[in-house]
Parts: sequence; C-alpha cells; structure tokens
Amino acid sequence: MDFDGLFSHFGELTTTGLAQGAIYALVALGYTLVYGVLRLINFAHSEVFISGAFAAIWTWGVLGLNQDSEVSGLGSIVLYLLIAMVVAALASALTATVIERIAYRPLRRHNAPPLAFLITAIGASIAISEAFGIFTRRLPQGVPNLVSNEPLFHIAGTPVRIMEVLIIGAALAMMVGLDIFINRTRLGRGIRAVAQDPDTAALMGVNRDRTILLVFIAGGTMAGVAGMLYDIRIGALTYSVGFLLGLKAFTAAVLGGIGNLRGALLGGLLLGLVENYASGLLGTQWKDFAAFVVLVVLLMFRPTGLLGESLGRARA
Amino acid sequence: MRQRLARVLGGVALVALVAGGAACSGGGDDAADGACGYKIAFFGALTGSSAALGINENNGVKLAVDQYNKANPDCKVELVELDSQGSPDQAPQLAQRAIDDEKILGIVGPAYSGESEAANPLFAEAGLVHITPSATRPSLADQGWKTFFRVVGNDLSQGPAAGQYIKNVLKSDKVFVIDDQSAYGAGLADEVKKVLGPAVVGSDKVQGEGKQSDFSGVVTKVKNSGATAVFYGGYYQEAGLIRKQLTNAGVTAPLVAGDGVNDPAYITTAGQAAAEGTILTCPCQPATAARGSFVSDFKALNGSEPGTYSDTAYDAANILLAGIKAGKKTRADLLEFVRGYTGEGVAASYKFTDKGELDPAQVKVWAYKVQGGQVVPDQEIPKA
Repeated sequence: MDFDGLFSHFGELTTTGLAQGAIYALVALGYTLVYGVLRLINFAHSEVFISGAFAAIWTWGVLGLNQDSEVSGLGSIVLYLLIAMVVAALASALTATVIERIAYRPLRRHNAPPLAFLITAIGASIAISEAFGIFTRRLPQGVPNLVSNEPLFHIAGTPVRIMEVLIIGAALAMMVGLDIFINRTRLGRGIRAVAQDPDTAALMGVNRDRTILLVFIAGGTMAGVAGMLYDIRIGALTYSVGFLLGLKAFTAAVLGGIGNLRGALLGGLLLGLVENYASGLLGTQWKDFAAFVVLVVLLMFRPTGLLGESLGRARA
Repeated sequence: MRQRLARVLGGVALVALVAGGAACSGGGDDAADGACGYKIAFFGALTGSSAALGINENNGVKLAVDQYNKANPDCKVELVELDSQGSPDQAPQLAQRAIDDEKILGIVGPAYSGESEAANPLFAEAGLVHITPSATRPSLADQGWKTFFRVVGNDLSQGPAAGQYIKNVLKSDKVFVIDDQSAYGAGLADEVKKVLGPAVVGSDKVQGEGKQSDFSGVVTKVKNSGATAVFYGGYYQEAGLIRKQLTNAGVTAPLVAGDGVNDPAYITTAGQAAAEGTILTCPCQPATAARGSFVSDFKALNGSEPGTYSDTAYDAANILLAGIKAGKKTRADLLEFVRGYTGEGVAASYKFTDKGELDPAQVKVWAYKVQGGQVVPDQEIPKA
C-alpha cells in the first residue's frame, strides 16, 4: 500500500479521475434512463457510445484532420469540437433508435420475458462492436490533438488542464440540460410518468412508444458527447473499448442509484476517482479490482445506491 | 404414409452419406501414393489488436510456401492459417485442430509467448514440431518441450539489451518501468529492471489486451517520479496510448519498448509528434537488410514491405519445407530433421541448442528508432 504515492499525487489523480469520471457519468445517464423507464439493462448502450466516438473521428477525418494534424486558433478548434460533438450525438442517437426499433420494440410487442431483452441487448452489443472491428480492421484510430493540455489554472499546486476543464464542464452542462429536460418540460414529464406507471401514463394520454424512443435518444445523445470527449481525452479509439467502459458506466449508475440522474453523475465521478486513487495506492493493475470492490461494499450497506431514488418516484 | 415417407427419406440420406464417404476416400486414393498433399500451418494473431506482427509473419510464410510450390509443382505444400487472435484462450482448441489434421507436419509459430504457453504442451505431446519466429519469453525453452524451436533470441537477450541501451546510450539514471502483466511484457520488464538496478525510480503494471485505455494513474506517477526514460513491456496498442497520454501530460522522456510495440499502429495511435524518438528493441535485424532477393520477392507477392519478423518467419517456414523436400513425411522425421538442422536463412544462420533455442552466437539485438513516422534502424546493441 503506497500511501506516500497516493498523497503526493493526490491532486493530479483527483483532476484526472474527475475527468474520466465525467465520461463515465455521461454514459451512465443512458443506462440509468433506460433502466428507470423500462427496467431494462441496455447492454447495447456501450456500442451507442462507440458509434458516437467513431462518428467524431470520422467527422474530423472528413474535415481533413488526423492524429498528426496541427490545429491552431481558438475559433477553428471550437468549431471542430462543436461539429464533431453534434455529429457524434446524432450518430449515437441514431444507433440508439435503431437498436430500440429493431431489437427491443418487437420484443415489447410480444411481451417477451426479461431474459429475452437481456440476451438481445448483449447480442446487439456484440454485433455492433464486431461490425466496427471489421470496418476498422481492428486497428486503433488516431485522434487529432485539438485540445491543449496546458494548465488553465492551479489549485494548491495541482495543474488543472484545459482538457479536464472542458470535459468536466461539458459533462456538467449536458447533465444540467438533461435534468431540465426531464424535470421541467412536458416531454420530460411524460418520461417520468411512463417510468412511474406505464399503463396509467397511457391512460393520461402519453404516447408510450414515442416516450420510450425519446428516452433512448436522450441517452444516446449523452453517450455521443461522451464518445467525442473520450476521443479527445484518450487520444485513440479501438473498436473494443466500448464493452469495458459500458460495464463501468453501468456500475457507476448502480453506484449512484439506478434510475436516478444525479446518482449517475455522482456515481460516475466517484468511480473515476476511486479508480485513480486505487491506481496510486495499490498500483494500476488493481484499478478495476478496487473499483468493483467499492461497488460491492457500498451495495451491501446501501442496496439502492448512494442517492437511492428512481426516476419515477416523486421527491418527498 | 408418414412413416413410409420417413423411412424412404432416411434410406436415401443413409445411401448419400455412404456414397459421399466412399467418394472422399476414393479421391484420396487418387493422389500418387499419399506422398504429397502435406501442409504446414501458421499459428498466430491474424485478427485482433495484436495482429500486425502475425500478419507480417504469415506473409513471410506465404512467400516461402509460394516459392516452394513453384519449385515443386508436382508435390505442393499447403499453408493452413490458424488465427489465434493473440489470445491464450483460443490457443488450445486451435492447437488441437492442427494436431488432428494428420497432414500438418510442422507449425510456424505460435507467434506470441502467451499463446505459446497454452498451445506448446499440446504440440509437445503430439510430437508436432513448431518453430516460433517471435515468441521471446525465456521460460518457453525450459519447459522440456521436445518440439519447441525458436529462430530468434529470447527476452534474456532482448531485455538486458534494452537495459544496456537505456544505461549506455540514453545514459538515463532515472527510469520508470511499466509492463502489461503479460507473459511477454512482464518478462521483458523484469529483465530490464535487473540490468538497471537502482536506476529504476518507479514501476507500475497496466492491463493489456485492449482492456485499459485510460492511463492517467500511471502517467501521474511517471511525471512525478522525474524519470528521464520510460520502459514499456507490452504491445503496441497500449504503448501508443501511454505515449500519447504521457506527452499530453508534459512528459517528454523517451519511451523504450520491445518488439511487441514495433508496429505502424503504434505511430497512428500516439501520433507522429508524440511517437518521435521512441526506441524499439528487437532480437532481429532489419527485415529490409535480409539477404538475397527476399525483400523484392516479398513485395511482389504480398504488395507491401516486409515487416518485423517477416524474415524470421520466412526462414522458419523454409526449415520445415527443407525437411519435407528431404523426404521427411512424418511428424517424427520432421522433428528430428529440425533438431539437427544447420543452414543459412535470409535473416541469420541457423543452428539450434538442445533446448530448441537459437545458437547464442547468432542472436542479434537491434535498436530501432521512430523517426518522421517511420521505424528506422538505429544500431545493433552490442552484447554486454
């Protein structure tokens, strides 16, 4: 146990952990939304994320950028990032829609048992990831260096880099946007209603199928932005990273309270931090072990997750 | 009526099965006297994240088989490609497939150390000779496998050479060592640590096989250790990400890595700017320095320059083919042939020790450098 290592690196482990956690949080939102409304663990969400990540790289490729491009000028950087973000969000939302239409809706029509949904989700996940693998010949795709790594400011001697600020800021902004959408708009009210009681919601005039589609699109949009941010942060993309990242994001969603949007954010950030601290304390090979041990211990004491409540239940 | 139909169909099916079986064996009898139709197999990663080296080697083997078949058109040898995806999990069933195919007399491979550990016991038990062009873990030779042969030096020569290079050429006295816990990566890292001794200011282990992509924990440790050189034992996918993330964090110390990182995908992942100056060791001389017309022949057949280990795989295949040419038509005969083989290849001269290792006098370790997006030879690392 390298306590000295942990304390001397604490600041940087925290900032980088929060940045990674923000990406987990955005993907976790997709899991938590779908679970909250449909009681379905959407294993294919990891590939929704990958679609967004690949779409961002493809966009940059179309715009003439690759891993060796030098880009300067704040204006053009912001433009490249925005365009990629929009395309990634659209691609992910599209993938989510396709999965919902082809994989889940027919099962819902036929009142299939939950196991059928689970297997279909896993099958869709494998199918899409293999398709990307074949398409990219299983080689990593490089990402242009758009966001500088210069420190923006320092907190107690720890540099806080522009990239980290961007990622955490974007994640928070998307989360706030989603929160407003769910809690303050009519469509959001429909989502909450379907989460609470689908049949009564239908009686109240909420179009169930359209609402479910909206849930998938919302989750997909979040995952798409996460994909673009992941590209920027990690620097290269391989077709297979979706699976493990999706699993961790789902863990984060459970950690924070499945079905709870703020819980997903908290869980994601917490997971990112725990991973990094474990990396500093025990060694990077213990990273995943520590993260999942924390999850299990936490669930033992608080089975509903940190923030507990679900999407549909009204706050007291 | 139904029952009668079922019986008729069943009878037809049975007759078809018997007829097909007879036709098959009949076809076999048509071949001269069963003295041909032999096969050699390539065992390695042809798809998956570690595929680039496997593809290089397979192309080398293809060239050897192609040239042999052109020279012996009446008794051709077939190449069977066994794609292990570089994973030890797939290896045993793939090895069993090779063993069950009676016509396969020898194997070029397994390409990687991890899958070697899984597949070699099966080969040894079946008496199927296997010559690896690239699996460099030292302990593979110590397992008592009579069928094991290696046409390159192992990590006991590559690891210390990397350490020597860091010590004497880079002259670094603060080295951070990272490995991916794999048979190959950890083996290399351990050898490097032994050579460098107190110069190692820190070490860490990451997850390989594409399982980890966020290396911020390691990067933070490297940065704060003040290391002036970083050694990575592992494969190109993680190496590329680590290099890029190190550079992003402001760590400009050169990265030294082994032959598993020697792949164009490393440069794609890290980006040319970050990958510049990376040192890659290899118990192989540059394939483009191969003797004879190997380079041009390779290009003509495969449409690309020979890559790392293309030449050693070519030589390994040629050793097996020389045995088949000399009339060794059983696995036991070919095994004896390889054991006693001495001869010239395009990459080196070959003679095996009693453990199957390449004669130490022939082992050469080279350092390569990434320059301008290309891997170029730097220098041969002299034996300490």
